[in-house]
Amino acid sequence: MAIRSFFVPFLLLVLWFYSSLSPVLSLYEDQVGLMDWHQQYIGKVKQAVFSTQKTGRRRVIVSTEENVIASLDLRHGEIFWRHLLGSNDVIDGIDIGLGKYVITLSSGGSILRSWNLPDGQMVWESFLQGPKHSKSLLLLPTNLKIEKDNVIVVFSNDRLHAVSCIDGEVLWKKDFETESFETQQVIQPPGSDLIYVVGFAASSQFEMYQINARNGELLKHESAIFSSGFLRELSLVSSETVVALDSTGSILLTISFQNGEISFQQTPISNIVEDSSGPAVIIPSSVPGIFAIKINSVTIFIRVIGKGKLEVVEKLNQETAVSNALPISESQQAFALVQHAGSEIHLVAKLAHDWDANLLKESIKMDQQRGIPHKVFINNYIRTDRSHGFRLLIVMEDHSLLLLQQGAIVWSREDGLASIIDVTASELPVERDGVSVAKVEHNLFEWLKGHMLKLKGTLMLASPEDVAAIQSMRLKSSEKSKMARDHNGFRKLLIVLTRAGKLFALHTGDGHIVWSHLLHKSEACQSPVGLNLYQWQVPHHHALDENPSVLVISRCGPSSDAPGVLSFVDTYTGKELNSLSLDHAVVQVIPLPHTDSTEQRLHLLIDSDKHAHLYPKTSEALGIFKREFSNIYWYSVEDHNSIIKGHALKCKCTGEVADEFCFDARDLWSVVFPSESEKITATVTRKLNEMVHTQAKVMADQDVMYKYISRNLLFVATVAPKGSGEIGSVTPEESWLVAYLIDIVTGRILYRVTHHGAQGPVHAVFSENWVVYHFFNLRAHRYEMSVIEIYDQSRADNKDVWKLVLGKHNLTSRISLFSRPEVITKSQSYFFTHSVKAIAVTSTAKGITSKQLLIGTIGDQVLALDKRFLDPRRSVNPTQAEKEEGIIPLTDSLPIIPQSYVTHALRVEGLRGIITVPAKLESTTLVFAHGVDLFFTQLAPSRTYDSLTEDFSYALLLITIVALVAAIFVTWRLSERKELQDKWR
Amino acid sequence: MKSVKVVVPFLLTLTLSLSLFSFSFPSFGFQSDELLVDDEEFSLEGSPQHRSPEPVLTRSPPVTRKRHSDLDSSDSKIQFSLDHAFGDSDFSPAGTFSARLKTWSHGGQTLTKLRFSRNSFSNEDKEKFKNLLKSDDFYRIRLPSNVLSPPGRDFVISSVKARCLPREGLDEHFVIHMEGVNVLAVNYGSPGSCPYPRNLKFPAKWSFNSHTVLKNSEQAPRAPVFTEEILGGENAESEVVQPPERSFWAKYWMYLIPLGLIIMNAVTQAMNMPEEQASGQAPAQGQPSAGAVQRGPSSAARRR
Repeated sequence: MAIRSFFVPFLLLVLWFYSSLSPVLSLYEDQVGLMDWHQQYIGKVKQAVFSTQKTGRRRVIVSTEENVIASLDLRHGEIFWRHLLGSNDVIDGIDIGLGKYVITLSSGGSILRSWNLPDGQMVWESFLQGPKHSKSLLLLPTNLKIEKDNVIVVFSNDRLHAVSCIDGEVLWKKDFETESFETQQVIQPPGSDLIYVVGFAASSQFEMYQINARNGELLKHESAIFSSGFLRELSLVSSETVVALDSTGSILLTISFQNGEISFQQTPISNIVEDSSGPAVIIPSSVPGIFAIKINSVTIFIRVIGKGKLEVVEKLNQETAVSNALPISESQQAFALVQHAGSEIHLVAKLAHDWDANLLKESIKMDQQRGIPHKVFINNYIRTDRSHGFRLLIVMEDHSLLLLQQGAIVWSREDGLASIIDVTASELPVERDGVSVAKVEHNLFEWLKGHMLKLKGTLMLASPEDVAAIQSMRLKSSEKSKMARDHNGFRKLLIVLTRAGKLFALHTGDGHIVWSHLLHKSEACQSPVGLNLYQWQVPHHHALDENPSVLVISRCGPSSDAPGVLSFVDTYTGKELNSLSLDHAVVQVIPLPHTDSTEQRLHLLIDSDKHAHLYPKTSEALGIFKREFSNIYWYSVEDHNSIIKGHALKCKCTGEVADEFCFDARDLWSVVFPSESEKITATVTRKLNEMVHTQAKVMADQDVMYKYISRNLLFVATVAPKGSGEIGSVTPEESWLVAYLIDIVTGRILYRVTHHGAQGPVHAVFSENWVVYHFFNLRAHRYEMSVIEIYDQSRADNKDVWKLVLGKHNLTSRISLFSRPEVITKSQSYFFTHSVKAIAVTSTAKGITSKQLLIGTIGDQVLALDKRFLDPRRSVNPTQAEKEEGIIPLTDSLPIIPQSYVTHALRVEGLRGIITVPAKLESTTLVFAHGVDLFFTQLAPSRTYDSLTEDFSYALLLITIVALVAAIFVTWRLSERKELQDKWR
Repeated sequence: MKSVKVVVPFLLTLTLSLSLFSFSFPSFGFQSDELLVDDEEFSLEGSPQHRSPEPVLTRSPPVTRKRHSDLDSSDSKIQFSLDHAFGDSDFSPAGTFSARLKTWSHGGQTLTKLRFSRNSFSNEDKEKFKNLLKSDDFYRIRLPSNVLSPPGRDFVISSVKARCLPREGLDEHFVIHMEGVNVLAVNYGSPGSCPYPRNLKFPAKWSFNSHTVLKNSEQAPRAPVFTEEILGGENAESEVVQPPERSFWAKYWMYLIPLGLIIMNAVTQAMNMPEEQASGQAPAQGQPSAGAVQRGPSSAARRR
């Protein structure tokens, strides 16, 4: 009896285990949106064109710095359609032609496309070539027609093109012979058949070409020399007058070219502005009769009166953005000004010829965290009382987009989230008592109704309407977006840093923004550039009353040796706790595996002079650091000359200022790649917080292999310098890829392998004791993925059970990397269909769950591929024992199972990175993919073996229990009766 | 003298094999790049006796000259020096590597037959090294990154904690990673393990026991290319083969397990049965005889 009772559960366990190993990972239709969310963004708007015809929907067409062209709903800000052009297809200009085509000029002015306005389908595309690269300008004259064709005038690649608006055919083109001619403006005076092309040749010559718009014939070419030179910026004040600055930025030049005669008018700025100091810059605008210059931070508006006479109309001290002119009637043009003033922004709309009268003057309260307005676009509409109304589209410093109308924000879009540069995860606060169910649910009746519906659903009694109601209830479950920690660790905060220097906290439940924080500007640093995000304080055991915080590393200015700025931000509230302006640059940040008594992590910051600075600057931290002083090693990669160096700490800084938190470094080792044959293309290390559950791997033949698990391994891939270009630019003979595994403490090359005929780009991921990398095989004309696994041989003797039992093994002994390593590696390559944008690996809390590779494909989707497919022990005919172990027979290419797309039907446009965060539940990992879009989901690579799934049949369980209880009662009664009968016998 | 005896036959075999090797090439007509794959030279050299380091230095040049006469004209002899530094001191010469430079017909150049002669420590060096041992500091070495035009772009540096080296004498192990004539990296350390709490131990003999390994890059295994036919054929074959391959147990386990359980059940019941019978039969036998007499008490017992 005892044997049986033991055997049956064991068998069940084995059965269950095998069933859980099957790599099925798909979603049912009704599970979409339950634990995943997807957000669409467009990026910082560069240019916007309104399309507000009487018929049709009101929309605005925008082009962005993420190379997106999008059509947005003017009423709600939703995306009607959107196209992401490639990263090397930068949009130069957009406009609307004939009221129904969106015309875009991109790729340095060489591609002109037309898109259908209502649905965003491409109508035509034409390639414009020219002799040399130049500024590209797009102009759509409203009433210029050549044989009933509306004309698009494009200046690009130093050539002027006239393109038909209907089919994209080039009607005529015109080259400019003058050497070093730099075009600044292409002007088409309304109502005439002339095109003016103006610009500078050399540095002091102003050139003007007058061209017949009908056939491209050169009518007139004039040039004039201004001895002291020009600044390369022009402001157009009328169709035959431009304003420029001389090379010192102190003299305004009014250049008019009426009737082809060029005439200069010089006005020193000091003549019209009393207290001007410093050079001026022209703010590009196109308001007739008025232009704006900026001296230091003061914006000055100047009006041109008659023959080159200038007059200052207004000086504004606040940050100001000016819109382009908008014709509101035959003779009137309006433009808008947006000023930032504390917590408010002031909007002013004026007529171009009448500065004093305001068409619109409003103040709107604006969130401080949005910063200053960067751009403004104006659009008008007819109010119900037949007067002119204006709506303004403004782009803020944090890249958000807002539509303002009637003194209110109609809608806003957080488009800064389209350019995330770093992500980290943070826990939510622990749930406090006092929040009862009643508060969450609306009332008892609703609550009862919900549970009745659920019961109906589980008992399969629900009608289709009920099913829909249940589904919407599941999607909107308030449990999901609660602001407290959950038992399984599914609810977290994703702290993201965007390129605009803004921090957002996104809730993993539904992706809503919990708080946002624009990096603080200080006196010392006007424009901090956010670089990286680190977890500064993660309170757990003691110090639980502290809030967790993150460290934001930013740089003060664009150059790499600019001084750094550290900001510490509370992740619960989004408040900046502290901000430090450093006197040194930050080249490298090393989070150390030590924390102080308040759980603040020690960080070592390496500056450009190879000094190491310890943070936090407390004596306690210094004490901890001193203890580990001789055990700290790091490496630096010099990409430009292909050298990797290893460093260790030497002594205190020997500078003039005594700083006990600053340390000198010394070089311990170096790897010098021959510059003529190798160039570093990828370096990857293991994630610092990765957990490895087991060190040993049991083979099919009862053998044990010990994984070589070292946090100090670096994977480096080098390619031939010739082959670092586009795929196909070299022959297989002159291109190769070398993969290295380097120990970063001693600089030992543990493994080195050459792939001949291979070419980058290389994408790699490193986890546990394996690395997977992706490259292009020129010989096979296919992409390839390789895996390297590294095993420790020095511990391979520990196979004897008795040794383990008696403790005569060296498994627990300390390992020194200065010992000569005894490692063996196994590797294998497979073909892979897709090119790859990013590659990551799932990570779980304890590292027990099997791993999946997450591959960001070229189609902007995330594919989950079981690591078992990349096992170097795969062979064509695995033995029975190997099959039982789960080794898949070798195939030449990796399978792409359509169900294993994590993103199911969605696309993460412009995918750049995939981040995995372990949940508290061992089976589950949280996946966040970001690009222009954001996508979040939960994954269970080996299914949720440690919890009941959503679709677990509680009804069946209940019925079984009831049936069992009933059966017990019945049998009990029966047995009683039988016993009684026996007794009476 | 003993060591010389050992060296000479060793060298003879080396020269023989080398000359064989060099002869075998023209007959093939193409250059096999097999050497690239596992061109691992393992030579053991150094000053075995700290008393007389000079003989080693004087002995090695004639040896190399002798070999030089045997080899192809495309080979040339080169030397490059090893520098060392104690802690953060400046680098100073510590030894010389000499090797054959083999020029292939396709233009590639590789090093073979690497030999190393190490200068012995001067008294000053010994003091410095002792200080390193005391402070558990790094002993650093460097090599030029290009052996033809030293130092090339930069020196390749490697270092080890000085306490890892002393054994009987001073044991060191070089792994030089080469790419043509470029030295990519040198890995320096003790030939064995260096357990972590590094104990202070001074060497008994101040002589180096050097091991040198030259390593070139491995070739990656090609991705397997299966043509569709083979794949299809295999599939078809495996489909046919699979049913017999599956063992009896694999096929019928679902029937066998319940069967086993039933049998087990039956067996346990059968085991219980005799006992029951044994215990049940005894009263059955006794009942008729004692039945009339004991009816009263037995029924009374039952009622309880």
